[in-house]
Amino acid sequence: MTPIVRLFALCMVLLVAGCASNRNGSGAAVDGLSGGAGAGMSGGVNDPTSVAYFQQSVGDRILFPVDESSLTAAARATLTEQARWLMNNASYSAVIEGHADEQGTREYNLALGARRASSVQDFLIAQGVSPNRIRTVTFGKERPIEVCSDEACYAQNRRAVTVLAGGGAGV
Amino acid sequence: MIQLRLTATLIAALFALGLTSDRAVAQSSGGPLRIEITEGVIEPLPIAIAPFLVGAGASPELAKQVAQVVADDLERSGLFRTISPNAFISPITSFDSPVQYADWKAINAQALVTGEVSKSGDRVSVKFRLFDIFSENQMGDGLQFGGSAASTRRLGHKVADQVYSRITGEGPYFDSRVVFVSESGPKNARLKRLAVMDYDGANVSYLTNSDDLVLAPRISATGDQVLYTSYASGFPRIRILDTATLQQRSLDDQPGQMTFSPRFSPDGRTVLFSLSDGGNTDLYTLDLASGKRTRLTSAPSIETAPSYSPDGRQIVFESDRSGSQQLYIMPATGGEATRISFGQGRYGTPVWSPRGDLVAFTKQNQGRFHIGVMRIDGSEERLLTASFLDEGPSWAPNGRVVMFSRETAGASGGSSLYSVDITGRNLARVPTPEAASDPAWSPLLP
Repeated sequence: MTPIVRLFALCMVLLVAGCASNRNGSGAAVDGLSGGAGAGMSGGVNDPTSVAYFQQSVGDRILFPVDESSLTAAARATLTEQARWLMNNASYSAVIEGHADEQGTREYNLALGARRASSVQDFLIAQGVSPNRIRTVTFGKERPIEVCSDEACYAQNRRAVTVLAGGGAGV
Repeated sequence: MIQLRLTATLIAALFALGLTSDRAVAQSSGGPLRIEITEGVIEPLPIAIAPFLVGAGASPELAKQVAQVVADDLERSGLFRTISPNAFISPITSFDSPVQYADWKAINAQALVTGEVSKSGDRVSVKFRLFDIFSENQMGDGLQFGGSAASTRRLGHKVADQVYSRITGEGPYFDSRVVFVSESGPKNARLKRLAVMDYDGANVSYLTNSDDLVLAPRISATGDQVLYTSYASGFPRIRILDTATLQQRSLDDQPGQMTFSPRFSPDGRTVLFSLSDGGNTDLYTLDLASGKRTRLTSAPSIETAPSYSPDGRQIVFESDRSGSQQLYIMPATGGEATRISFGQGRYGTPVWSPRGDLVAFTKQNQGRFHIGVMRIDGSEERLLTASFLDEGPSWAPNGRVVMFSRETAGASGGSSLYSVDITGRNLARVPTPEAASDPAWSPLLP
């Protein structure tokens, strides 16, 4: 199981908001650019309109093969769900973070992360999400979520994460 | 008369004959004391730094500090070996008394540096002389440098630069500074802030706090401004910082666009950078006076990490237009680009040498990273280092040394600064208080 799937399973077992908050807490340092809109602001993972639900049940991230920015079948499936959720929860906006693993130079990885974020943005727009609700940002290799120097970690770090902002208060 | 021509062809002979034979080989060819920096192994030149004399108003500690900077610089260059003062036979008692050459020959010193430090109020003065022991001649005129007490180390660097230049014939580089990124915190939540230090790691001061992620600073030709990439807005954007006042501002703020990898033009008037829009990264320039932005490339490929030639007429950059990261050169105004890298693997972060003759780069091949140099036509590629992750070379002011980031693998991996000669010799870690990355070497200080 990937760490995310493991975490999801753990949350399902515990079914407490605390788990989701922890997840979001560490995520804020790693992925949470927009910061404020965390699981704690909305309902827990059982609330289908919550950020926690989006992160864990819809899936807030997709992974890429080495040096690729095209979307795998699994990524498209996740993004199709993301698009559906975003259209049902129109008060949220999203920042797509593109990330790369550490195998690469800093500048190239910034450009690669931008490509990855853009691939996700293009897909979500094609699925019907309004373009003005989505922004992209690249972090290159600056914010790995896994810290080992093996493919097991690299695979998790080559990612695009859809970070929600707004929600109940509107955008 | 002595000449040390330690060329590659002589190396075998030098190894076979040992150090004392250098002189025999050299003497037959005549000429002044000289280290020629060429490829291959060079035996460091034995040099004596006489304890600097304590002149009017100076303390013994001050004199010692200046002489130590001189000795450390020369040692750090890898071209000199300073002889322990314990071996000295005749003490230097007066700056103007004649040198007892025989006493310095006896300890095999090829060169001798004498100096005197004096102080008046806040002003420190250092004078020095350089002697070629075996030809029994002074090399060049004695010189005197002065500055505030706070710049005492710089005075030592200036003396060392003179010694280095007179003996090697190369340009000086010790009196320079390095802007870099100082790093702390775990790998998945790294804190980064801009810092500046002397080229040897001394006198570190911080230019920003670590509230916002900062990357890849670049220093202007006059050394008073720094370009860098900051996430202060939540998005990567180029900022410009005044090193004296620490005032900083965003250069260009277009919503939806991300800018990074900036570099000053040699005249300081233009910023060359890359801009990502809609997932595509291209090269642009920004005229600092008018704010006018000009697009240089329009390709669906990645174009980034640009660097000007010293005359400002050309740009070397990396692009994956061929399918993988490679190096290209094009006119500074854009136009047709010529690929210059053709070896195995991927090439990135090209930087044009201040001498104009070479491009330093990062090469990624078979899971290893290298710092390398090649001529500007792509010929004579030479890899200087190899490790898990080396990247981002920056040139010393004289184009003989590059500094770069080296990151170690794993969860506890971290980044340090290293320098290496363009011959691949003298790889040395540059000490920093914290982990460090992205060095940008300044020009020689004014």
